[in-house]
This record gives sequence, structure tokens and C-alpha cells, in this order.
Amino acid sequence: MPSTPWRPPSFWKPGFVSKTDIWKDAGEVDTAIARMADDLTALIAERGIQDPLMIGIHTGGVWVADRLHERLGITDPIGHLDISFYRDDFTRIGMHPQVRPSYLPLGVDDRNLILVDDVLQSGRTIRAALNVLFDYGRPASVILATLAERDGRELPIAPDVVGLHAKLEHDEQIKLSGPEPLLMLRGKTPRHAADKPNPSRKSGQDSRTQSDSDPT
Amino acid sequence: MSKQNPQLDAQGNLKHFLTTEGLSRDLLTDILDQAEGFLGVAQQAVKKVPLCRGKVIANLFFETSTRTRTTFELAAKRLSADVLNLNISTSATAKGETLLDTLRNLEAMHVDMFVVRHATSGAAHFIAAHADPHVSVINAGDGRHAHPTQAMLDMFTIRRHKQDFSRLRVAIVGDIMHSRVARSQILALKTLGVPEVRVIAPSTLMPNGIEEAFGVRAYHDLREGVRDVDVIIMLRIQHERMNSSLLPSEHEYFRLFGLTEERLSTAQPDAIVMHPGPINRGVEMDSQVADGPRSVILEQVSNGIAVRMAVMSMCIGTQNLKSQPQGDVDG
Repeated sequence: MPSTPWRPPSFWKPGFVSKTDIWKDAGEVDTAIARMADDLTALIAERGIQDPLMIGIHTGGVWVADRLHERLGITDPIGHLDISFYRDDFTRIGMHPQVRPSYLPLGVDDRNLILVDDVLQSGRTIRAALNVLFDYGRPASVILATLAERDGRELPIAPDVVGLHAKLEHDEQIKLSGPEPLLMLRGKTPRHAADKPNPSRKSGQDSRTQSDSDPT
Repeated sequence: MSKQNPQLDAQGNLKHFLTTEGLSRDLLTDILDQAEGFLGVAQQAVKKVPLCRGKVIANLFFETSTRTRTTFELAAKRLSADVLNLNISTSATAKGETLLDTLRNLEAMHVDMFVVRHATSGAAHFIAAHADPHVSVINAGDGRHAHPTQAMLDMFTIRRHKQDFSRLRVAIVGDIMHSRVARSQILALKTLGVPEVRVIAPSTLMPNGIEEAFGVRAYHDLREGVRDVDVIIMLRIQHERMNSSLLPSEHEYFRLFGLTEERLSTAQPDAIVMHPGPINRGVEMDSQVADGPRSVILEQVSNGIAVRMAVMSMCIGTQNLKSQPQGDVDG
């Protein structure tokens, strides 16, 4: 698979966010991923899982999954999931400008999956990702691992393994920047964007990724 | 410019897909990129995505077609839309109903998109101009004018094999004069930056002034025309042309313009051979070429589904944008 080209996060664009800081630097992100790897190892041992299959959600989830995949020493290749065709806001914002093909090198039937994303907020991305997976087959189980989680859940979805817990104001958001180095950025969302969590695609097609318009 | 183009909404999003003419390279590339994503749907156990759930898409075929209608139908179904297939040549118009009355009746059934094939050039534009504002129209071939989804699936197939359009030589062979496919292909190839497009046809099937009008090079000799090309697109020769004064006979056409392995030998070693189908074996090309290693004809059919899914979902996505209040756009 070609590597994902680096794109600046949308809230670096003038006007979108008033202030952006590094919330966790590369070292802290690395430590969090190491901790996640330990927790995952313990969890799969506890559940008696033999050969888990790792699947990352485009784009940030794939970056995290790549690192976890290496740390866990999983031999089966990693899967990439694009949820654009399963988003629940297509009827509001139209086609997503940057769809990448989903790539699942192996069947998911009867496999134990580790689903990896960068930030968990509303839970809508995970809802969509589960729907994609079930259109590929019937997995035996799915474990959810996210690098960071914050408040704002809108669906009954809970992570099994979390690297970082964010305490944020209502008008703040966090986003993973990568693929190298991995940094967690934190920025203030301007008033009108915070009120409207699903901005139209026209507001910045060039560099917008799925987690930009829907921080989940 | 976008305001004048009937295919685009006020923000420049694709609303109708009527022709490859007048669309930007970015937009055509966007269609190809989106299609790349839809290609994966065929790998799923459930070959369906929920994008157009609850939408109604009507296939209006005033002219018969098997492949195009079937792939449009399959594309719509893979997007989870509901599909109406209307074979109008055998129904309402035959009973005397006008095109507009047919249209109004279908609109009353809350159809969201019309896929139109018609023997008259401009029919799809006419329907787009008269349809309800929330309805999208896709041209599935109108007269001698345009067949834009065929052209885009050909572009998609070329890109998957050759990656970069900017260093290609592409030859289109056959009935250039009457071909809506050729027109749409030439316009798309030029927009996507192909530096050399050649058209190869007997002089009776070559439009006058095509070199100046389209910026292509015209050849009347197949052997000369395919020399060093990377892509060869064969066009279908309609049977009715055979019986007109434009061509002497199928046999003679094949002898002069039929593609054989031997004639293919002057093209680039990795050249691909394409055909929109259905093939007339022994007229446009021999079976050795059609079934040979350089033929990508069946791939074109599979790619056609992904490209049509991309165009349909982009147009329906644009309809959705229209319901957004304008003030919401930030940045």
C-alpha cells in the first residue's frame, strides 16, 4: 500500500481555529502507544485470542495501528478501513472529498479483530466502521483501541483500550498529526464551527480529512 | 464559468453529468479518485454501501442497451438506491406521450435521478433543463453527442494501467464521425492532459476539420496511426453504417482498419487495447487481440460500475448540499 501523504490538519488554517498547541509531543504519544500495546497484549491473553487481525481506520487510525501492529508482532498484514461510504451525514454534507479504498487483505470471517482509531468522541465513526466490517463478513469478536478518548459520546460505544484521556472544553478539539512524527494537537474551535459539528465540505476540501469534519 | 455550465451547481459541485465538455481537470480527477474507492465494494461479501439509501434512480432508455443499462442498474443497487428500469422505446412514447409528460409522471413518483439514453443529441440536456431542481440527470448516451460515463470509465482504465496521463499517446480507431463515445473520450483525454490524441478512420467516417476543432491528429492508415501508441481504443462499427454508402463491406473494413496482432506490433510493447463493447469480432478486431494479453475490455466493464457509482453518488451528494443553509459554510 502507498503511504498516506502528510496533510496539514485543518485547524492550522487561518480562521478555523484561534489557537493550536501540541497537546502531547512525539515522546508522549509513543509512550501512550507502548502502554496500549501492553494493555492489548493482556486483554487478548485474558480472552484467549490466538491470531488477532489488526484494522486501522483512515487516516489517523492507520498510523496508530501500524505502530501497534509492530509492537504486538502480529504477522498477518494490517487492514485499512475507509468509512466514507457509511457515514451518517452523507444526506447533510454530500460526498466526502477524500475517499481512499478500504483494503482488507484477509477475510474477517471468524477472526478476532482489533479495530484502531485515533480519537474517540461521538462514536459515529466506530458505528460506521462496524457496519463496513460486517459487510465484509462475520468477525468472531472486535476489540476497540483508540489512542485518545474525550467526552461527547452520542452513541453507546466504549473503547476497550485507550492511550490518552482528554479533558477538554466544549469548544476545544484534539487531532492526531502524522504519520511521522505522531503529535496530538489541541485547538480551539471557533464559535460557529463548534456549534455546528458537521461543516460543509466546501469549507476546505483541499486538506480536509474525515476526522476534520467529524471529530469522533 | 461554473455559473454557465448546466452540469454544476452554484458552488461548482457536479449536479448533472451530461458531457465531459467544460469540466475542469480537477473535477474529472475527482471522479476518477472517487471511483477508486468504489472499486473495493466489489471485494466485500455484501457488495453494497448505504450511500444512496432511500433514493430512487430511474433508468430512462429511449434507445436499447444491455451493457450500459445493466452496469448503471448494478451501480445504483450497490449504492443501495431503488432502481426503476423504463424501457421507453416500448412503452409510453410509443403510445404518444411526450418526453416532458413522461418526465412529469416520473417526478410525481419522487425520482431523485434520471439516467437517460436517447437517440437524439441534446436529450439529456433538455431533461436536465426541465426537470425539478432537486433532480439530477446523467447522460447515458445521446445521439452523436456524448457518452460521458463511458469516457470516464475509459479514463479510469487508462489511469489504472498507465498512471500518468501527461506522457501518453492514445489512438481512437473507427467510426469517429458518428461516435458519441469518441467525442467524450477526446474531450476527457485533452482535459486530463494527454499530449497526443490520434483518431484513425476511413475518410468517409472522419469528420472534416477534426484536427483543428479538437487538437487531435487524424490518420487514415491504421498501421501508421498506432505506431508507438500506449493506448488503442477501438470503436464499434454500427451495422447500419455497413449497409450505407459509407463503408464498402465488413470484410474490407477489417482488411484496412481491423486490429490484428501483426498490426499491433508497431505500438508500444505495453500498449493496452480497449473497446466499449459489444465487439464485432472479425470487423473491428480479431479474436486473438480481443482475448489477448493486451486487451482490457472486460476490465472496462467492471470499472464501469465503480465509475458510475462515483458519478451517481457525487450528483446525489450535491443535491444534499443544496438543503444546507448557505450561512453554514465556514473558513
